[in-house]
Amino acid sequence: MSKGLLYDATLCIGCKQCEQACAEHNKLPYDDAVAAEEQQSAHKYTVVLTKADKFMRRLCMNCSDPACASVCPVAALQKTAAGPVIYKEDRCMGCRYCMVACPFGVPKYEWNKVLPRVQKCTMCSDKVLAGKPTSCAEICPTGATKFGERSELLAEAQQRLRDNPGNYVNHIYGQEEVGGTSVLLISSVPFIEFGYRSNLSTDPLPLFTYRVLSRIPDFVPMGGILLGGVWWITHRREEVARAEGRLPKIEPAAKEKKKP
Amino acid sequence: MRFRLTFWKLTFLLLMAAGLYATVVRFTQGLGAATNLSDRFPWGLWIGFDVLCGVMLAAGGFTLTATVHIFNIERMKPIVRPTVLTAFLGYLLVCVALMYDLGRPYRIWHPVIMRNPHSVMFEVAYCVMLYTTVLALEFLPVVLERFHLHRPLRWMRSVTIPLVIAGVILSTLHQSSLGSLYLIMPNSLYPLWYSPLLPVFFFLSAIAVGLAMTIFESSMSSKYFGQQLELPILRELGRVLFVVLAIFAMLRFEDLLHRGALPLTMKPGYEMGLFWVEVLLAILLPLCLLAFKKVRNTPSGLYVAAVMVVLGFVTNRLNVSITGLEQTAGMHYVPKWTEIAVTGAIIAAGFALFGLAVKYLPIFQHAPATEEPRMLPVKVPELVHAGD
Repeated sequence: MSKGLLYDATLCIGCKQCEQACAEHNKLPYDDAVAAEEQQSAHKYTVVLTKADKFMRRLCMNCSDPACASVCPVAALQKTAAGPVIYKEDRCMGCRYCMVACPFGVPKYEWNKVLPRVQKCTMCSDKVLAGKPTSCAEICPTGATKFGERSELLAEAQQRLRDNPGNYVNHIYGQEEVGGTSVLLISSVPFIEFGYRSNLSTDPLPLFTYRVLSRIPDFVPMGGILLGGVWWITHRREEVARAEGRLPKIEPAAKEKKKP
Repeated sequence: MRFRLTFWKLTFLLLMAAGLYATVVRFTQGLGAATNLSDRFPWGLWIGFDVLCGVMLAAGGFTLTATVHIFNIERMKPIVRPTVLTAFLGYLLVCVALMYDLGRPYRIWHPVIMRNPHSVMFEVAYCVMLYTTVLALEFLPVVLERFHLHRPLRWMRSVTIPLVIAGVILSTLHQSSLGSLYLIMPNSLYPLWYSPLLPVFFFLSAIAVGLAMTIFESSMSSKYFGQQLELPILRELGRVLFVVLAIFAMLRFEDLLHRGALPLTMKPGYEMGLFWVEVLLAILLPLCLLAFKKVRNTPSGLYVAAVMVVLGFVTNRLNVSITGLEQTAGMHYVPKWTEIAVTGAIIAAGFALFGLAVKYLPIFQHAPATEEPRMLPVKVPELVHAGD
């Protein structure tokens, strides 16, 4: 079954322990300077944003049908059945299509390295595959970030919205966005205020390209037959014209034998 | 050997020196130092111009080989070789540019064994790889002829038609797929440019630019290489160009109308401005010009229209790949000078290689015009005696 994360912004106290646990798990540096950075980067996979007394996490949404994995020409990014979208860095050639394609702007690049990698949260895939929760969920002192089955987390989110409609905006972010994501968010503040886009399609993005790509296998033989047919007709016409004396009979080879 | 420094040689050397410096920065310090690319704007000039426009500018190759070999329009034959040469050089340079842009260029071969058939980029990679091979084979007879290798020349002739057919199919696929690359961004790309018809637009514009480039390059060749201008052929190309542009214009505006994006063409702003630059240069002005017989039948009229079409569709591709994504990124992307230096050096290399090929290989199949070329050519004194 597919695992997921539920982040309830109303329970978050902004302690940023998830940031630190994430950095430790991914062997990234973490100090006060990094903690103060308010955006995801190649060395900061998750970030807790603060606005007055409200908080919001940003991390890879680990989409159910991820654009990044669909666009990657070498399948360096892959969606696992367990939920996480993983990155195999020894495959990546650095085209950065994933970065352009991701509707959440999640994949980041090591711009200042000579041999750079794409970097992003992979939902602690090693731990999840071993049946353990993600580092951020494990450390969270208030249960704001909760790990579990995505379907169960979704039901729980819906329950929380029903029980306390005044506490939340009536939207579970990630339930339908781009066909659903493994990470689900609920909040008392509209998501757009923390930079989450509100104009995303509910269709998985890979559908938009697959509609076109899936026609290629038909196109190749059809194109070949069509062009071959046109060639046959045009040259047959010429042949007939020559036989009927409407065109001069020239051996094309004779002309070509002349050296330049 | 006497070496005379002329204006064009000096320009070439300066561009190459700048390009060389930028190359050193790029490969010793990484993309961050050499470009203005960032996490918010991961694709810039090298993808937008060198790759997207490069492939488009090389589209004459498949259009013209199909015209001559498949549709059997023999009178177009004299311009096939220079066009195939342009296409071949174009694709080689696109591959060079890709080596700059890829974070790990030494893995450029990975798609050969690590396949993801759901990726448009994967398909483009395969098509470009195969089509560059096809172009090399289509160009090979010229080299064989130069060295009087008649037997392999006959072998090559026997596979011309399958090669041309493969070339047309591969080109159709990847020219349109360059547009499909952007289909994955329905919510990021500005609505003036995002359209489900992107692959169709990219394909049609490739044909238009292929024709325009053929006109442009024939005009340049007559100016600088003392070639006789194939005016009757160019006139015909101009007529076809008019039709292709008319179809493109109709589809483009119909698409805007159906998607409800037409009001955006009048919404003042950065996007609107660049949209009209694109539409005026690529569609409206050339259509007006080519509609007049007087213009269509004169070398200068055709030349001006062709240059406009090329510039217009270059603007179009830059709009799709850069302008249209700036609002979502929340920033303006301006290339760093090192990015421009690499692009400049690649273009200069293209011109130089074309000149060299014309000098040493039988590209133009008939004798050069006897009269002296009108404009003062840099290389003509040597070139008139070329190929012997």
